Amino acid sequence: MKRTILAALAALAMSGAAYADTIKIGVVGPFSGPFALQGKNFKAGIDAYMAVNGSKVGDDDIEIIYRDVPQADPAQSKALAQELVVREGVQYLAGFYFTPDAMAVTPLLEQANVPLVIMNAATSAIVTKSPLVVRTSFTTWQTSTPIAKVAKDAGVSKVISVVSDYGPGVDAENAFKAGFEAAGGEVVEAIRMPLATNDFSPIMQRIKDSGAEGVFAFLPSGPTTLGFVKAYNENGLKSGGIKFFAPGDLTQESDLPALGEAALGVQTTFHYAVSHVSPENKAFVEAASKAIGNPAELSFPSVGAYDGMHVIYKMIEATGGEQDAQKAVDAVKGLSWTSPRGPVSIDPESRHITQNIYLREVAKADDGTYYNKEVQTFEKQGDPGLAALK
Amino acid sequence: MQTVFSIAIDALAYGMVLFVISIGLSVTMGLMRVVNLAHGAFAMIGGYIASYAARDLGLAYGFAIVLAVFGTILIAIPIERLLYRRIYGAPELTQVLMTIGITFCIIGIANYVFGPTLKTVPLPAQLQGSVDLGFRAIATHRLFAILCGLAVAAALWYAIERTAFGVKLRASVDNAAMAAALGVRTEIVYAVSFAVAVGLSAFGGVVGAELLPVEPYYALRYMVTFLVVVSVGGAGSIPGALVACLLLGGIDTTGRYLMPEFGEFFFYLAVIAIICVFPRGLAGRAKG
Repeated sequence: MKRTILAALAALAMSGAAYADTIKIGVVGPFSGPFALQGKNFKAGIDAYMAVNGSKVGDDDIEIIYRDVPQADPAQSKALAQELVVREGVQYLAGFYFTPDAMAVTPLLEQANVPLVIMNAATSAIVTKSPLVVRTSFTTWQTSTPIAKVAKDAGVSKVISVVSDYGPGVDAENAFKAGFEAAGGEVVEAIRMPLATNDFSPIMQRIKDSGAEGVFAFLPSGPTTLGFVKAYNENGLKSGGIKFFAPGDLTQESDLPALGEAALGVQTTFHYAVSHVSPENKAFVEAASKAIGNPAELSFPSVGAYDGMHVIYKMIEATGGEQDAQKAVDAVKGLSWTSPRGPVSIDPESRHITQNIYLREVAKADDGTYYNKEVQTFEKQGDPGLAALK
Repeated sequence: MQTVFSIAIDALAYGMVLFVISIGLSVTMGLMRVVNLAHGAFAMIGGYIASYAARDLGLAYGFAIVLAVFGTILIAIPIERLLYRRIYGAPELTQVLMTIGITFCIIGIANYVFGPTLKTVPLPAQLQGSVDLGFRAIATHRLFAILCGLAVAAALWYAIERTAFGVKLRASVDNAAMAAALGVRTEIVYAVSFAVAVGLSAFGGVVGAELLPVEPYYALRYMVTFLVVVSVGGAGSIPGALVACLLLGGIDTTGRYLMPEFGEFFFYLAVIAIICVFPRGLAGRAKG
């Protein structure tokens, strides 16, 4: 008897699936632990997108299932992705703050018939690991290359590069070196410092001793950037006329209140500033601020998540809610739209986002808060890191 | 030569900041025999209070420090009465589990109350900027940290070695039952030393905030650093901790200047070497 009822229920459930479906999207990110702020930004971007565009695509309801990987942990990331696919039956995987976490999941995609939309992880190589990966964030190469031109244009021809000794740091170092040497400059020295560095005074002394006219720096956003920027000021590098160049990770909006005066005038290149002036961004910031609670915590991962949702919605539209990963990915190749960060498109070949990179300067607003003020635009930047891989 | 001076001054500054931040832990571990992994959490509370007082209430820096120290002690009193009192004299594993649990709770609460973003303690005009030493510039607050470190070291040494309270404390540590029999109110001695240790961690959290910015994971992020300083110096020894800080600060700074790509290799190599030669730390006493 029991079995009959179960069979009947199962049949019912299956027949129901043909009409209005609930399409599940599994989002993996750091929602607790030291990087919880970035996970919070994922969620804010996703919530903002669903608040603006509704939680339905056609007849299908969209349900987001979050899974937490507090720190870069490929094994756990893979296990959670597997669980999302097998037990929860998600049709799309998204999120991923750290490169190793995203890398670990790419081997699953083909068999699971699930596309992966990366909302942050910024190493160029990820998109080459599976044809079902689409990325809506940025790569370190993409954001670090234009700053080399900025440095050269500012009349600096000798630069010392200082990066945190881990994947993205090395990427930044290579990207800057390639860009700067192509522009005719010289990288006099390249220092890699440990991730756990607290005291940057010795590094600053090294920079001074190197005789460079400018310093290119990359550190992961968070507590260390504060120490680095402060040390740059306090050890007399700023007053000594050594110019500071970096990708925008160093001056992410949620760190700016702490950096404050010390970061004033620092020039960075990045794909998104919360202060970007456009009607799309105004609507986005409004919705995302509401979602995150405290607008001061809003930062770049939110826009990656917002655009990631846009891509997924387009995929669902194109497949009519059926699970067909290849068709879904093919549908967004070459897709272009106006994101809160400006005009963007998905490069059909690399499936990475082509976007404007902005040169920004930390400025003080009338109300005494600090923000990244966009001063120059580098239009339609692809990912130079992919070319470097070959 | 200039490089040598330059490294020396950086090493001194870094070492003294390490000292100010870690000395509270040395007191709890050495004198009270409590492996207090929540030390960083108390330092963090101090930092948050100072940040709130100076930034949001606009109080003066000195006043913010005082408020941070006493505010943290006030918060620590119920924790001591309800939780720490149970683990005095307990096996180390119990202490570690209890205090790491306290740390996680405090991290969660800090995250909830203050949010995950970085907090700074704004410096007064006198401590901002840098001082020119002739051959190089050094941040004024670093000099301030050096002075604070020296003052703390001198005051603690005096209190422990030269005052009646210090005698009672050392007696209670060496043999609590005997000291109690001789009329020492050991629970009061313990409570006062705990308050002092907590106050010191809060003080270190505020003074060191320029180097180790305050955020919810502060409590865990720097735990290893604190423990290393205490174990190298010898738990409970003020001169030991001072020497350890200067030595480790010197090695770390030199390594970072000359060979940054080696990371913290030299730092930990030195730690291993010192612990091999002095298992109880540079100035540790054998357990009585």
